[in-house]
Amino acid sequence: MKAVRRRVPGLLAWFAGIVFFLPIAWMALTSFHSEADAATNPPSFTAALTLDGYREFFGGDGGASPWPALANSAVASVASTLLVLLLALPAAYALSIRPVRKWTDVLFFFLSTKMLPAVAGLLPVYLFAKNAGLLDNIWLLVVLYTSMNLPIAVWMMQSFLAEVPVAVIEAARVDGARLPVVLTRVVAPIALPGIAATALICFIFSWNELLFARVLTGVVAETAPVFLTGFITSQGLFLAKVCAASLVISLPVLAAGFAAQDKLVQGLSLGAVK
Amino acid sequence: MTATTAPLTRTPAREARRPPARLRAWATRAPLLPALVFLIAVTQLPFVATLVISFFDWNALYPKARRFTGLDNYRQVLTDADLRHSVWTTVLLTAAVVLASLVLGLVLALLLDRRFRGRGIVRTLLIAPFLVVPVAAALLWKHVLYNPEYGLLNGLSHYVGGPQPDWISRTPLLAVEVSLVWQWTPFMMLILLAGLQSRDQQQIEAARVDGAGDWQIFVHLTLPHLRRYLELGALLGSVYIVQNFDAVFTITSGGLGTANLPYTVYQSFYQAHENGLASAAGVLVVIGSLVIATFALRVVSSLFREEVSRA
Repeated sequence: MKAVRRRVPGLLAWFAGIVFFLPIAWMALTSFHSEADAATNPPSFTAALTLDGYREFFGGDGGASPWPALANSAVASVASTLLVLLLALPAAYALSIRPVRKWTDVLFFFLSTKMLPAVAGLLPVYLFAKNAGLLDNIWLLVVLYTSMNLPIAVWMMQSFLAEVPVAVIEAARVDGARLPVVLTRVVAPIALPGIAATALICFIFSWNELLFARVLTGVVAETAPVFLTGFITSQGLFLAKVCAASLVISLPVLAAGFAAQDKLVQGLSLGAVK
Repeated sequence: MTATTAPLTRTPAREARRPPARLRAWATRAPLLPALVFLIAVTQLPFVATLVISFFDWNALYPKARRFTGLDNYRQVLTDADLRHSVWTTVLLTAAVVLASLVLGLVLALLLDRRFRGRGIVRTLLIAPFLVVPVAAALLWKHVLYNPEYGLLNGLSHYVGGPQPDWISRTPLLAVEVSLVWQWTPFMMLILLAGLQSRDQQQIEAARVDGAGDWQIFVHLTLPHLRRYLELGALLGSVYIVQNFDAVFTITSGGLGTANLPYTVYQSFYQAHENGLASAAGVLVVIGSLVIATFALRVVSSLFREEVSRA
């Protein structure tokens, strides 16, 4: 009896895990069904599998190809992540390893900008972009996504760099190592896993963003999430196609998320939880 | 929040050859400047512009008719039934999603805190919903799960002879909330799990030796320890969910009384071209978030200071 009771929490956890994962599993299964099999009630669990959904999503039946949108998303996410690292690394250095005076105040200023809802700046950004001829330009999104992720990156990076023991840096300096050497040989190896996790989290947030992309891009610079919203316009059955599309577009995020799994909490809680 | 909390002051190696203090201070600050300047230019300036525009009567279709109206836009936003309703919707949506995902997240974190076979796999299964692109998740719920004719929910209900409701038109706000709870529960779970794992195990052992039961330990030791993690989860969750656009936009297009403030700002600017009104609504969103943010910053700061003093 006692053995049974000890196993109950584990079984409950498994049950919860399966319930939470069920929609994703069902999405994956449906993406491999034909449209006719995808739209049945009761659901067809054992219908024949096909790649038609994926073929159609990738423009098989003369629909719009998703590749330009995927490429735009990749450019916006990767370029903004690189820019974030470029700006956040030196800033985090000045907030941890060689801190400026009142460094906590500066850190909290960064955080406070993240608390401003992005939607409040939407209109001026739109008007500016329109006047500067930057509408439908992917580089505008790169700049905006950089500003969106910069506070998170500074916070995360600060907490990772602060983990580098001061004594180790001191020792290297005493041994006559110059700053670049200290940074590349001493600081980087210790802080690298954290920097990688920061980059992955910034990538995820940029890849997911919809509101700004939707308002500021059109045909040329459309990103994958915008493509997805414009996907369901025609009549008829589209479930398998939507499932295939959602899965393909979520794959980079799932991959990045699981790669950063261990540091995910620290990043999402802005370094407050380790 | 003073410089004295800085644990990392170091002894200069070669004081004699150092440049004067002021130069040195700027050299220390220099790495910070690009990020600061960039952030102020891209996030703070547009907000100032929004504030200014919110005092103008400005329809984008009639730019010539633009004029200063003082607080008129605010009066209009606050007296407009639709807009007032969207303020209420935002509060309701945020509170419901945050509370539900916090409670669910706590239960899941408590389950995952124990050892059992396949814990790693279950953890991965539970995190997955958070890693689906939000628009994709919203589409998944709308078309694949909620669809009254062939959605999975009604499909499963069919097996047990249950009802076949049209979920979205019957309970539109709840439909949006459930999809968001599904996505945000993993987030809460991760934060609370980190909290659980930072408990003082010796203290729990001691309590157990003194004869405390599971429930007593949970109420008197675990919950007080988790308090700040719960606060942090609630506040960060609120900051993100107050701004939610994707789910409302996709699942109901703001219809059936589900338009929240971000959607309303989007709509009044995108469809009605009312720049002044959109800006006033935007400013109100900011004021609302500032209230949450002040608390959030306080919680983050107390956790942060604990970390710094522990280091």
